[in-house]
Amino acid sequence: MTSLPTNSPTKKLGLVIDLDICVGCHACAVNCKEWNTSGHSAPLTDQDPYGADPSGVWFNRIHSFEVENEKTGGRTVNFPKSCLHCEDAPCVTVCPTGASYKREEDGIVLVNADHCIGCKLCSWACPYGAREYDEDAGVMKKCTLCVDKIYNPNLPEESRVPACVSTCPVGARSFGDLGDPNSDVSKLVESRGGYDLMPEQECKPTNKYLPPRPKKQGSPENDTMALTPMADSSAGVISRWVDKFLSA
Amino acid sequence: MHPAKSVIFFTTASGGGYGLLLILLLGNVFNLLPTYIFFLLVCYGLAFILIAAGLLSSTFHLGHPERAWRALTQWRSSWLSREGVMAIVTFIPTGLYALYVIFFQDSFSALMELIGLVGAVCCVITVYCTAMIYASLKTIHAWSNRFVPYGYLLLSLTTGMVLITGMMMVWGYDTGIFGWLSPLLLLGSLYWKVSYWRFLDQTKSVSSPESATGLGEFGAVSLLEAPHTEANYLMQEMGFSIARKHSEKLRKIVLWAGFGAPFILLAFALFQAGVIGGIAAVLAVVLAGIGIFVERWLFFAEAKHTVAMYYGAKDA
Repeated sequence: MTSLPTNSPTKKLGLVIDLDICVGCHACAVNCKEWNTSGHSAPLTDQDPYGADPSGVWFNRIHSFEVENEKTGGRTVNFPKSCLHCEDAPCVTVCPTGASYKREEDGIVLVNADHCIGCKLCSWACPYGAREYDEDAGVMKKCTLCVDKIYNPNLPEESRVPACVSTCPVGARSFGDLGDPNSDVSKLVESRGGYDLMPEQECKPTNKYLPPRPKKQGSPENDTMALTPMADSSAGVISRWVDKFLSA
Repeated sequence: MHPAKSVIFFTTASGGGYGLLLILLLGNVFNLLPTYIFFLLVCYGLAFILIAAGLLSSTFHLGHPERAWRALTQWRSSWLSREGVMAIVTFIPTGLYALYVIFFQDSFSALMELIGLVGAVCCVITVYCTAMIYASLKTIHAWSNRFVPYGYLLLSLTTGMVLITGMMMVWGYDTGIFGWLSPLLLLGSLYWKVSYWRFLDQTKSVSSPESATGLGEFGAVSLLEAPHTEANYLMQEMGFSIARKHSEKLRKIVLWAGFGAPFILLAFALFQAGVIGGIAAVLAVVLAGIGIFVERWLFFAEAKHTVAMYYGAKDA
């Protein structure tokens, strides 16, 4: 059934991505591919993987943006992007077959690969580019929020989070129930001013992004320190020893 | 947006087919058409062939054409599904009426005339559903606007009208009201297309790279490094862009081949019956066909998707 759940799911599982912390290492994308190529939507096929023009299905992509500002200077923001598991998911309602659906129990948006006809309309309807077509299988694929990992009783409790979250070396990704105002992720969003991507597209994404923190402005005192010349090699042995002693 | 040939052929062929079918049904119900059996056979045949060929071609771009029947199930929410359902439903009244009007001309049945009218309404609804598949996509500014559904209906009617006029000229019939309506509709379509392009050139999507990343409060956002070195599905499907100089040339082709030249030729044919008029009408049909095909190609090629902004596009 491609109508959205009549009762909006109270549980809204999703990700919170901290743009202040992300270092753009792509580890989350790599582990996503690793887990999911043998998971719910397996395999994530590649075309020409070792050739000149490789392409393939990935559920998670890391973009890097430059933000230019004359007053505060430029900054680079690493920007991971995967399915946002929208509340009003247009990819679900446009699906003509019912293959694309949103789970009532936790709000995860999935594709039933046995019913998908590969018309690609869902990928046109998604403003975020969360869906990627698998040329080999002839069906659409997308982030499953590691539905086969987060509920897996064979895994230790701490491993029951999406692959991208468990692998992030700097803790830039958090997973939890964004429908529960008392959950850790909801509190994090509240305290850091987490926001929606393209709210004007009215998809009500579940995943939230935390903005980069304002840059620390260098104080005049710090600036002088940084500019204080150290004794260079032309100074005598004693002078250098005194400089080293006093600088410590 | 990537202009897939199968979808372009589908919308132009079945669009023209439904337009022609609509005119045939109304023309027969209101006794505006010749009743010569072979003329009707060819006209209805052409309409049904155009529709069926278009629908068939639309299944070619599917990853799993054998599952296409599943697309008939989600009419409650999906315009694509509604389009599929309506396309099949439309065959019933239109097919019945075509058989009645061609093979049972001597008998009159009020019920059959009513079925003919129902068929005409079905044709309009089907084309509207096709248009709404595109017009309902908020992600594509060039499509989600009021010009699109009107345009699909107008171009469907115009191509149908040009086709029936051409047919009548070739068979040597007096084109009557159709001969006048064709150039008028071509002029209307031309006005609509120019207005649509003006809208496209002067407006853009409500979304921007700033809203796509949410980083607008920190400054102007531009892509520093793409997530991957080679083009992926998203860039191939949604990142298709056409050089401005090409699009200007193609727009001129649409205006002249699609609307301008057929208008002149059909206006000429109005006053010049006989062989020369017939040749002019056939030429008008061919040129209009080419023009509408280019129009539909541009409809895809000029449409920008919000996703492209994650890959360096400045707007959508």
